[in-house]
Amino acid sequence: MSKVLTCEHLSKTYGKEKTALDNIDLSLDFGRIVGLLGPNGSGKTTLIKLANGLLQPSAGVLKIAGMTPGPETKEIVSYLPDADWLPDWMRVEELVNMFRDFYGTPSEAKAYIGFDAAKANEMLARLNIDPKARLKTLSKGNKEKVQLVLAMSRAAKLYLLDEPIGGVDPAARDYILNTIISNYSKDATVVISTHLIEDIEPVLDEAVFLKDGKIFAHRAVDDIRETEGMSVDAYFREVFKC
Amino acid sequence: MSEQFDASRPIYAQLVERLKAKILAGTYPPGGHLDSVRDLAAAAGVNPNTMQRALAQLEAEGLVRTERTNGRFVTEDTELIEQLRAEAARNMAAEFLEKMRSIGYTPQQTTELLERWNETEGEQHE
Repeated sequence: MSKVLTCEHLSKTYGKEKTALDNIDLSLDFGRIVGLLGPNGSGKTTLIKLANGLLQPSAGVLKIAGMTPGPETKEIVSYLPDADWLPDWMRVEELVNMFRDFYGTPSEAKAYIGFDAAKANEMLARLNIDPKARLKTLSKGNKEKVQLVLAMSRAAKLYLLDEPIGGVDPAARDYILNTIISNYSKDATVVISTHLIEDIEPVLDEAVFLKDGKIFAHRAVDDIRETEGMSVDAYFREVFKC
Repeated sequence: MSEQFDASRPIYAQLVERLKAKILAGTYPPGGHLDSVRDLAAAAGVNPNTMQRALAQLEAEGLVRTERTNGRFVTEDTELIEQLRAEAARNMAAEFLEKMRSIGYTPQQTTELLERWNETEGEQHE
Protein backbone atom coordinates (compact mmCIF):
# COMPACT_ATOMS: atom_id res chain seq x y z
CA MET A 1 0.00 0.00 0.00
CA SER A 2 2.99 2.30 0.06
CA LYS A 3 2.72 3.15 -3.64
CA VAL A 4 -0.32 4.64 -5.30
CA LEU A 5 0.56 3.18 -8.70
CA THR A 6 2.96 0.46 -9.74
CA CYS A 7 3.69 -1.09 -13.11
CA GLU A 8 5.86 -4.17 -13.52
CA HIS A 9 6.95 -5.31 -16.96
CA LEU A 10 3.79 -3.73 -18.28
CA SER A 11 3.17 -4.02 -22.00
CA LYS A 12 0.24 -3.21 -24.22
CA THR A 13 0.05 -4.10 -27.86
CA TYR A 14 -2.77 -3.29 -30.24
CA GLY A 15 -3.00 -6.21 -32.66
CA LYS A 16 0.29 -7.55 -33.92
CA GLU A 17 1.63 -4.35 -35.36
CA LYS A 18 1.47 -1.68 -32.71
CA THR A 19 3.26 -1.79 -29.38
CA ALA A 20 1.91 1.10 -27.32
CA LEU A 21 3.72 0.27 -24.09
CA ASP A 22 6.84 -1.85 -24.04
CA ASN A 23 7.79 -3.54 -20.79
CA ILE A 24 7.59 -0.54 -18.47
CA ASP A 25 8.38 -0.42 -14.77
CA LEU A 26 7.06 2.55 -12.88
CA SER A 27 6.09 3.33 -9.32
CA LEU A 28 4.49 6.50 -8.00
CA ASP A 29 4.30 7.57 -4.37
CA PHE A 30 1.35 9.11 -2.60
CA GLY A 31 1.35 12.89 -2.24
CA ARG A 32 3.01 13.72 -5.54
CA ILE A 33 2.09 15.83 -8.53
CA VAL A 34 3.44 14.01 -11.55
CA GLY A 35 3.75 15.12 -15.16
CA LEU A 36 3.27 12.34 -17.70
CA LEU A 37 5.13 13.75 -20.65
CA GLY A 38 5.82 12.48 -24.12
CA PRO A 39 5.16 13.24 -27.76
CA ASN A 40 1.99 12.17 -29.53
CA GLY A 41 1.69 8.40 -29.73
CA SER A 42 4.23 7.72 -26.97
CA GLY A 43 1.75 5.75 -24.83
CA LYS A 44 0.47 8.31 -22.31
CA THR A 45 -3.22 7.70 -22.85
CA THR A 46 -2.72 3.93 -23.07
CA LEU A 47 -1.05 3.97 -19.65
CA ILE A 48 -3.86 6.04 -18.15
CA LYS A 49 -6.50 3.77 -19.66
CA LEU A 50 -4.75 0.69 -18.26
CA ALA A 51 -4.76 2.34 -14.83
CA ASN A 52 -8.51 2.80 -15.15
CA GLY A 53 -9.17 -0.75 -16.23
CA LEU A 54 -10.44 0.45 -19.61
CA LEU A 55 -7.74 -1.61 -21.28
CA GLN A 56 -6.20 -4.88 -20.20
CA PRO A 57 -2.42 -5.34 -20.18
CA SER A 58 -0.97 -7.58 -22.89
CA ALA A 59 1.72 -8.56 -20.39
CA GLY A 60 2.85 -7.52 -16.94
CA VAL A 61 1.00 -6.04 -14.00
CA LEU A 62 -0.43 -2.66 -13.05
CA LYS A 63 -1.70 -2.00 -9.53
CA ILE A 64 -3.44 0.92 -7.89
CA ALA A 65 -2.67 1.07 -4.17
CA GLY A 66 -1.80 -2.61 -4.42
CA MET A 67 -5.04 -3.56 -6.17
CA THR A 68 -5.77 -4.67 -9.72
CA PRO A 69 -7.96 -2.06 -11.45
CA GLY A 70 -11.62 -2.82 -10.68
CA PRO A 71 -14.54 -1.45 -8.66
CA GLU A 72 -12.39 -0.87 -5.55
CA THR A 73 -9.83 1.15 -7.45
CA LYS A 74 -12.41 3.15 -9.38
CA GLU A 75 -13.69 4.41 -6.06
CA ILE A 76 -10.34 5.97 -5.27
CA VAL A 77 -9.32 7.03 -8.78
CA SER A 78 -10.68 10.19 -10.39
CA TYR A 79 -10.22 10.03 -14.13
CA LEU A 80 -10.43 12.86 -16.62
CA PRO A 81 -10.54 11.30 -20.11
CA ASP A 82 -9.06 13.11 -23.07
CA ALA A 83 -12.39 13.07 -24.91
CA ASP A 84 -15.90 14.42 -24.30
CA TRP A 85 -17.76 11.77 -22.41
CA LEU A 86 -20.56 13.46 -20.48
CA PRO A 87 -24.13 13.45 -21.86
CA ASP A 88 -24.22 16.85 -23.54
CA TRP A 89 -27.97 17.41 -23.24
CA MET A 90 -27.61 17.73 -19.48
CA ARG A 91 -27.34 21.05 -17.67
CA VAL A 92 -24.18 21.77 -15.69
CA GLU A 93 -26.05 21.71 -12.37
CA GLU A 94 -27.65 18.39 -13.30
CA LEU A 95 -24.21 16.95 -13.92
CA VAL A 96 -23.05 18.15 -10.50
CA ASN A 97 -26.07 16.52 -8.88
CA MET A 98 -25.54 13.32 -10.85
CA PHE A 99 -21.94 13.10 -9.66
CA ARG A 100 -23.00 13.75 -6.07
CA ASP A 101 -25.69 11.08 -6.24
CA PHE A 102 -23.38 8.60 -7.92
CA TYR A 103 -20.29 9.00 -5.76
CA GLY A 104 -21.90 10.24 -2.55
CA THR A 105 -20.63 13.07 -0.34
CA PRO A 106 -17.25 12.37 1.30
CA SER A 107 -17.61 11.35 4.94
CA GLU A 108 -15.14 12.00 7.71
CA ALA A 109 -14.37 8.31 8.00
CA LYS A 110 -13.75 7.93 4.28
CA ALA A 111 -12.62 11.38 3.20
CA TYR A 112 -10.95 9.93 0.11
CA ILE A 113 -14.17 8.68 -1.48
CA GLY A 114 -17.05 10.71 -2.87
CA PHE A 115 -17.84 13.94 -4.64
CA ASP A 116 -17.78 17.42 -3.11
CA ALA A 117 -20.64 19.27 -4.81
CA ALA A 118 -19.96 22.49 -2.90
CA LYS A 119 -16.40 22.57 -4.17
CA ALA A 120 -17.60 21.93 -7.73
CA ASN A 121 -20.12 24.75 -7.57
CA GLU A 122 -17.55 27.15 -6.18
CA MET A 123 -15.09 26.32 -8.96
CA LEU A 124 -17.76 26.64 -11.65
CA ALA A 125 -18.71 30.05 -10.28
CA ARG A 126 -15.09 31.19 -10.29
CA LEU A 127 -14.77 30.05 -13.91
CA ASN A 128 -17.97 31.93 -14.82
CA ILE A 129 -19.83 28.87 -16.00
CA ASP A 130 -23.60 29.14 -15.87
CA PRO A 131 -24.97 26.17 -13.90
CA LYS A 132 -28.19 26.33 -15.94
CA ALA A 133 -26.40 25.99 -19.27
CA ARG A 134 -26.69 22.74 -21.17
CA LEU A 135 -23.32 21.19 -21.84
CA LYS A 136 -23.80 21.21 -25.62
CA THR A 137 -24.27 24.99 -25.64
CA LEU A 138 -20.85 25.56 -24.07
CA SER A 139 -17.69 26.26 -26.02
CA LYS A 140 -15.02 23.58 -26.30
CA GLY A 141 -12.89 25.22 -23.62
CA ASN A 142 -15.79 25.65 -21.22
CA LYS A 143 -16.85 22.03 -21.75
CA GLU A 144 -13.34 20.99 -20.78
CA LYS A 145 -13.51 23.18 -17.70
CA VAL A 146 -16.75 21.48 -16.60
CA GLN A 147 -15.21 18.02 -17.03
CA LEU A 148 -12.11 19.07 -15.13
CA VAL A 149 -14.11 20.65 -12.30
CA LEU A 150 -16.09 17.43 -11.93
CA ALA A 151 -12.91 15.33 -11.88
CA MET A 152 -11.13 17.63 -9.40
CA SER A 153 -14.15 17.73 -7.07
CA ARG A 154 -13.95 13.99 -6.57
CA ALA A 155 -12.34 12.91 -3.34
CA ALA A 156 -9.73 10.38 -4.42
CA LYS A 157 -6.27 8.99 -3.86
CA LEU A 158 -5.23 9.16 -7.48
CA TYR A 159 -6.23 11.76 -10.04
CA LEU A 160 -5.48 10.80 -13.62
CA LEU A 161 -5.89 13.86 -15.79
CA ASP A 162 -5.42 13.21 -19.49
CA GLU A 163 -4.65 16.51 -21.24
CA PRO A 164 -6.60 18.64 -18.75
CA ILE A 165 -5.58 22.11 -19.86
CA GLY A 166 -5.10 21.80 -23.61
CA GLY A 167 -8.15 23.75 -24.75
CA VAL A 168 -8.44 26.09 -21.79
CA ASP A 169 -7.49 29.78 -21.87
CA PRO A 170 -4.39 30.91 -19.92
CA ALA A 171 -6.29 32.65 -17.12
CA ALA A 172 -8.45 29.59 -16.47
CA ARG A 173 -5.33 27.44 -16.75
CA ASP A 174 -3.72 29.41 -13.90
CA TYR A 175 -6.85 29.00 -11.82
CA ILE A 176 -6.98 25.26 -12.49
CA LEU A 177 -3.32 24.75 -11.62
CA ASN A 178 -3.88 26.79 -8.49
CA THR A 179 -6.79 24.51 -7.61
CA ILE A 180 -4.54 21.49 -8.03
CA ILE A 181 -2.03 23.08 -5.64
CA SER A 182 -4.64 24.07 -3.06
CA ASN A 183 -6.24 20.62 -3.20
CA TYR A 184 -2.88 19.02 -2.60
CA SER A 185 -2.87 16.31 0.01
CA LYS A 186 -0.17 13.97 1.27
CA ASP A 187 -2.55 11.09 0.67
CA ALA A 188 -3.31 11.75 -2.97
CA THR A 189 -1.30 11.84 -6.16
CA VAL A 190 -2.16 13.82 -9.27
CA VAL A 191 -0.93 12.62 -12.65
CA ILE A 192 -1.19 15.19 -15.42
CA SER A 193 -0.56 14.14 -19.00
CA THR A 194 0.16 17.11 -21.22
CA HIS A 195 2.27 18.76 -23.89
CA LEU A 196 2.03 22.15 -22.19
CA ILE A 197 5.04 21.49 -20.01
CA GLU A 198 6.05 25.08 -19.48
CA ASP A 199 2.69 25.90 -17.90
CA ILE A 200 2.64 23.04 -15.45
CA GLU A 201 6.33 22.73 -14.71
CA PRO A 202 6.40 24.74 -11.44
CA VAL A 203 3.50 22.65 -10.16
CA LEU A 204 5.17 19.28 -10.68
CA ASP A 205 7.22 17.20 -8.26
CA GLU A 206 8.40 14.78 -10.86
CA ALA A 207 8.24 14.08 -14.54
CA VAL A 208 7.80 10.77 -16.31
CA PHE A 209 9.02 10.90 -19.90
CA LEU A 210 7.51 8.33 -22.26
CA LYS A 211 9.27 7.68 -25.52
CA ASP A 212 8.10 5.06 -28.02
CA GLY A 213 6.24 3.14 -25.33
CA LYS A 214 9.18 3.07 -22.92
CA ILE A 215 10.02 5.13 -19.86
CA PHE A 216 12.83 7.36 -21.01
CA ALA A 217 13.22 9.13 -17.68
CA HIS A 218 11.47 9.43 -14.34
CA ARG A 219 13.03 12.25 -12.37
CA ALA A 220 12.33 15.05 -9.96
CA VAL A 221 11.75 18.32 -11.80
CA ASP A 222 14.33 20.23 -9.75
CA ASP A 223 16.79 17.40 -10.36
CA ILE A 224 16.41 17.84 -14.12
CA ARG A 225 16.92 21.59 -13.76
CA GLU A 226 19.92 21.11 -11.53
CA THR A 227 21.78 18.46 -13.53
CA GLU A 228 20.74 19.46 -17.06
CA GLY A 229 20.84 23.19 -16.41
CA MET A 230 17.61 23.68 -18.30
CA SER A 231 13.89 23.63 -17.71
CA VAL A 232 11.90 20.41 -18.15
CA ASP A 233 10.31 22.06 -21.17
CA ALA A 234 13.70 22.70 -22.78
CA TYR A 235 14.84 19.21 -21.82
CA PHE A 236 11.75 17.73 -23.48
CA ARG A 237 12.46 19.67 -26.66
CA GLU A 238 15.99 18.34 -26.70
CA VAL A 239 15.08 14.71 -25.98
CA PHE A 240 12.27 14.64 -28.50
CA LYS A 241 13.85 16.84 -31.14
CA CYS A 242 12.29 16.05 -34.52
CA MET B 1 -1.15 33.84 -10.12
CA SER B 2 2.23 32.33 -10.55
CA GLU B 3 5.66 33.84 -10.26
CA GLN B 4 8.12 33.55 -13.11
CA PHE B 5 11.16 31.37 -12.64
CA ASP B 6 14.54 31.25 -14.27
CA ALA B 7 14.30 28.16 -16.46
CA SER B 8 17.80 26.86 -15.91
CA ARG B 9 17.88 26.64 -12.13
CA PRO B 10 15.94 24.54 -9.61
CA ILE B 11 12.72 26.18 -8.52
CA TYR B 12 13.29 25.47 -4.84
CA ALA B 13 16.59 27.39 -4.92
CA GLN B 14 14.81 30.38 -6.43
CA LEU B 15 12.10 30.16 -3.78
CA VAL B 16 14.79 30.17 -1.07
CA GLU B 17 16.27 33.36 -2.54
CA ARG B 18 12.90 35.10 -2.77
CA LEU B 19 11.77 34.12 0.71
CA LYS B 20 15.12 35.14 2.11
CA ALA B 21 14.91 38.53 0.39
CA LYS B 22 11.52 39.09 1.97
CA ILE B 23 12.89 38.27 5.40
CA LEU B 24 15.95 40.51 4.93
CA ALA B 25 13.78 43.36 3.66
CA GLY B 26 11.41 42.99 6.60
CA THR B 27 8.41 42.16 4.41
CA TYR B 28 8.27 39.10 6.65
CA PRO B 29 9.24 40.78 9.96
CA PRO B 30 11.33 39.08 12.68
CA GLY B 31 9.14 36.76 14.75
CA GLY B 32 6.34 37.06 12.19
CA HIS B 33 4.09 34.13 11.38
CA LEU B 34 4.40 32.60 7.92
CA ASP B 35 1.45 31.34 5.91
CA SER B 36 0.99 27.60 5.58
CA VAL B 37 3.04 25.70 3.02
CA ARG B 38 -0.05 25.18 0.93
CA ASP B 39 -0.95 28.90 0.89
CA LEU B 40 2.62 29.95 0.14
CA ALA B 41 2.77 27.34 -2.63
CA ALA B 42 -0.54 28.47 -4.13
CA ALA B 43 0.52 32.13 -3.99
CA ALA B 44 3.77 31.35 -5.83
CA GLY B 45 2.11 28.86 -8.18
CA VAL B 46 4.49 26.08 -7.22
CA ASN B 47 4.31 22.52 -5.99
CA PRO B 48 3.76 22.30 -2.20
CA ASN B 49 6.62 19.82 -1.81
CA THR B 50 8.95 22.27 -3.54
CA MET B 51 7.86 25.04 -1.16
CA GLN B 52 8.32 22.66 1.74
CA ARG B 53 11.86 21.99 0.60
CA ALA B 54 12.62 25.72 0.34
CA LEU B 55 11.29 26.34 3.85
CA ALA B 56 13.30 23.40 5.19
CA GLN B 57 16.43 25.00 3.79
CA LEU B 58 15.61 28.36 5.44
CA GLU B 59 15.04 26.44 8.64
CA ALA B 60 18.45 24.79 8.32
CA GLU B 61 19.96 28.24 7.88
CA GLY B 62 18.22 29.42 11.03
CA LEU B 63 16.03 32.04 9.36
CA VAL B 64 12.80 30.20 10.01
CA ARG B 65 11.68 27.98 12.85
CA THR B 66 8.78 25.60 13.17
CA GLU B 67 6.55 25.35 16.20
CA ARG B 68 4.93 21.98 16.22
CA THR B 69 1.35 23.14 16.39
CA ASN B 70 1.50 26.80 15.45
CA GLY B 71 3.25 26.69 12.11
CA ARG B 72 6.32 28.53 10.94
CA PHE B 73 7.81 31.79 12.17
CA VAL B 74 10.56 34.10 11.00
CA THR B 75 13.50 34.04 13.40
CA GLU B 76 13.64 36.73 16.09
CA ASP B 77 17.41 36.76 15.79
CA THR B 78 17.75 40.25 14.30
CA GLU B 79 21.52 39.99 14.56
CA LEU B 80 21.48 37.02 12.17
CA ILE B 81 19.16 38.86 9.78
CA GLU B 82 21.40 41.93 9.88
CA GLN B 83 24.47 39.80 9.27
CA LEU B 84 22.88 38.06 6.26
CA ARG B 85 21.67 41.39 4.95
CA ALA B 86 25.18 42.83 5.07
CA GLU B 87 26.46 39.71 3.35
CA ALA B 88 23.85 39.98 0.60
CA ALA B 89 24.68 43.67 0.14
CA ARG B 90 28.38 42.86 -0.17
CA ASN B 91 27.68 40.17 -2.76
CA MET B 92 25.53 42.51 -4.81
CA ALA B 93 28.13 45.25 -4.60
CA ALA B 94 30.84 42.83 -5.73
CA GLU B 95 28.69 41.76 -8.65
CA PHE B 96 28.05 45.37 -9.58
CA LEU B 97 31.72 46.30 -9.37
CA GLU B 98 32.61 43.30 -11.53
CA LYS B 99 30.14 44.45 -14.17
CA MET B 100 31.53 47.98 -14.07
CA ARG B 101 35.03 46.60 -14.46
CA SER B 102 33.90 44.60 -17.50
CA ILE B 103 33.08 47.87 -19.28
CA GLY B 104 36.40 49.39 -18.25
CA TYR B 105 35.35 51.47 -15.24
CA THR B 106 37.95 51.63 -12.48
CA PRO B 107 36.70 51.40 -8.88
CA GLN B 108 37.60 55.10 -8.66
CA GLN B 109 35.36 56.01 -11.59
CA THR B 110 32.57 53.85 -10.22
CA THR B 111 32.79 55.55 -6.84
CA GLU B 112 32.64 58.96 -8.49
CA LEU B 113 29.60 57.87 -10.46
CA LEU B 114 27.85 56.76 -7.28
CA GLU B 115 28.72 59.99 -5.49
CA ARG B 116 27.28 62.03 -8.33
CA TRP B 117 24.28 59.70 -8.53
CA ASN B 118 22.02 61.48 -6.05
CA GLU B 119 22.55 64.90 -7.63
CA THR B 120 22.18 63.94 -11.29
CA GLU B 121 20.28 60.66 -11.83
CA GLY B 122 18.26 61.11 -8.68
CA GLU B 123 16.79 64.33 -10.00
CA GLN B 124 16.01 62.84 -13.40
CA HIS B 125 13.99 60.11 -11.78
CA GLU B 126 11.98 62.44 -9.61
